Amino acid sequence: MSNLRFWASGLLLVLVGWLLGRLVSNEYAFFAGYSVLQYILLATAWNILGGYAGYVNFGTAAFFALGAYVSVALNKLYAPPLPVLIVAGGVASGLVGLLMGSLTLKLRGVFFSIATLALAIVSQAVITNWEFVGGASGAYVLRPRQGPLGGSYIEYLFYTMLVMAVAAVALARTIERSRFGYGLAAIRDDEAAAEASGVPTLKLKLLATVASGTLMGMAGAPLPFYVAYLDPPSAFNLAYAVNTIAMPLVGGTGTWIGPVLGAILLTVVQETAMVTISSAANLLIVGLLMVGFITLAPNGIVGMVRKIREGRR
Amino acid sequence: MPDPSAILNAVVAGVLLGGFYAAVALGIAIAFGMLDIPNLSHPAFVVMGAFATWVLNSTFGIDPVLSGLLMAGPFFVLGVLLYKLYHACFESRGEAPLQGLAFFFGILFITEVVLVLTAGADYRSVQADYIGVSLNIGSLTLPLRMVVPFVVSIGMLLGLQQFLTRSFTGRAILAVSQDKLALQLMGVSPTRIKALAFGISIATAAVAGSLLIIIQPVEPSIGRDFIGRAFAAVVLGGMGSFWGMLIASIILGITESIVSDMWNPSWAPAIAFGFLLPTLAFRSGGLLGRKL
Repeated sequence: MSNLRFWASGLLLVLVGWLLGRLVSNEYAFFAGYSVLQYILLATAWNILGGYAGYVNFGTAAFFALGAYVSVALNKLYAPPLPVLIVAGGVASGLVGLLMGSLTLKLRGVFFSIATLALAIVSQAVITNWEFVGGASGAYVLRPRQGPLGGSYIEYLFYTMLVMAVAAVALARTIERSRFGYGLAAIRDDEAAAEASGVPTLKLKLLATVASGTLMGMAGAPLPFYVAYLDPPSAFNLAYAVNTIAMPLVGGTGTWIGPVLGAILLTVVQETAMVTISSAANLLIVGLLMVGFITLAPNGIVGMVRKIREGRR
Repeated sequence: MPDPSAILNAVVAGVLLGGFYAAVALGIAIAFGMLDIPNLSHPAFVVMGAFATWVLNSTFGIDPVLSGLLMAGPFFVLGVLLYKLYHACFESRGEAPLQGLAFFFGILFITEVVLVLTAGADYRSVQADYIGVSLNIGSLTLPLRMVVPFVVSIGMLLGLQQFLTRSFTGRAILAVSQDKLALQLMGVSPTRIKALAFGISIATAAVAGSLLIIIQPVEPSIGRDFIGRAFAAVVLGGMGSFWGMLIASIILGITESIVSDMWNPSWAPAIAFGFLLPTLAFRSGGLLGRKL
């Protein structure tokens, strides 16, 4: 896809989303749409570090929930408008990413992954003990009735998420085609060789971790308004971590389109399974799809499509 | 200033708890420390072992420790099969790190959901004569439900240590962790040795599971609490060092026990991370290991 076509279709998508939103009167459509977009944002954020550089982050829930809880805290103190909360959530999670990264990225990727897994557990303990944001019993957030642009607040949240998701995908695509992205790809393929050829590996890995963490925090910031009641077990739900990893792996990790495809596919599958089977079964489906894809089709849907195309030629 | 006998009790309880953590971490010390297989799903197998123990105990009245040992056989086979799959899909393709981690994370998740779907999300516990009984030595109280797991765990550790240093197979396992090529030149297949060692590591999960359900009631998602702890114990101890891992487990147990007693139990899971992060950042060789 050429640059012009990509940016035009991104803009068009936002416009079409907004127009559709004006026509739809069913609130459920916004809830479902928000959920898909949130996962597109999270999966894209994960992919910047996981897919491009090959460093697996198991701590999505930590970065995401941190954004959500910063938003709960600030909202309780000053009740600033949503964009301010999003920026604050992003900054907080980006800083955590910087700290985590600077402590563990010097080692092999496995150790970074284990540290992120532990980060999710420790941040849940911190939030559970932080009474100001509700502690273990959770926090209620009053969702305003009206959005600032007219229409319901859920509609406003949906547009906000739409803009963020499209922007994140555009950012990921830009990174993928920049020197930064090529550096990350070199790290993924052979870190020692990359370092030897003069790629500043530590700096690039840190930058990718910060970018990825920031986007995850931004994704979490509107969450309290979306759910209206937030407690640690739901904010730190393992489902976020599993989905965020499963989506890029199912879609294909090397490219910006992979996480988008994976996010759409897996949310649709889960929404369907939730209605037709049960909520426990829908998590099982995600787990099985993820393991199935990494064992049988390690390059995801994008890889499969590419193979079929090459086969035809 | 808290009562000294309360501190003593907390420390002793921590040592016993740490002994049990060593049983969970043992499998990871083998799989991750020696074979370089990041088996994140190990704690899920521990929980699976706990549920198997619960089934054997509640239907046939078999002693929990005995059922743990009985389950070690089937778990060994399961481990060998899992390694074969891992090897065929990732190790032999050379894309072990990223995909392998995600693979084990998926296995962790699948095991947990399957347990919820088959056994339900309720807490399960076992019956045995020693559960609920305590030894009293002076002001010291030793609950047997903690002492029995400690003894079994240390026994298992000693037994495996002997096996690894004395037997031919054991030495081959140690060798594969150090130099795969040299092992091949001696006419031993590293893949076979690794499959065997991974089988042993999953077999220890069966025993650790039976110990877990003696200590506390178990529900399917409880395994996650042990991922951080067990990996912290292995990394802090120094990859591949059993004694380092045991010392680290006990340090972890004592710290958790003191923090829970004196402060707040909800902080306990965070302590492992408090040890893990500085270790990774400043002393990646751990207490008794090589630098990473």
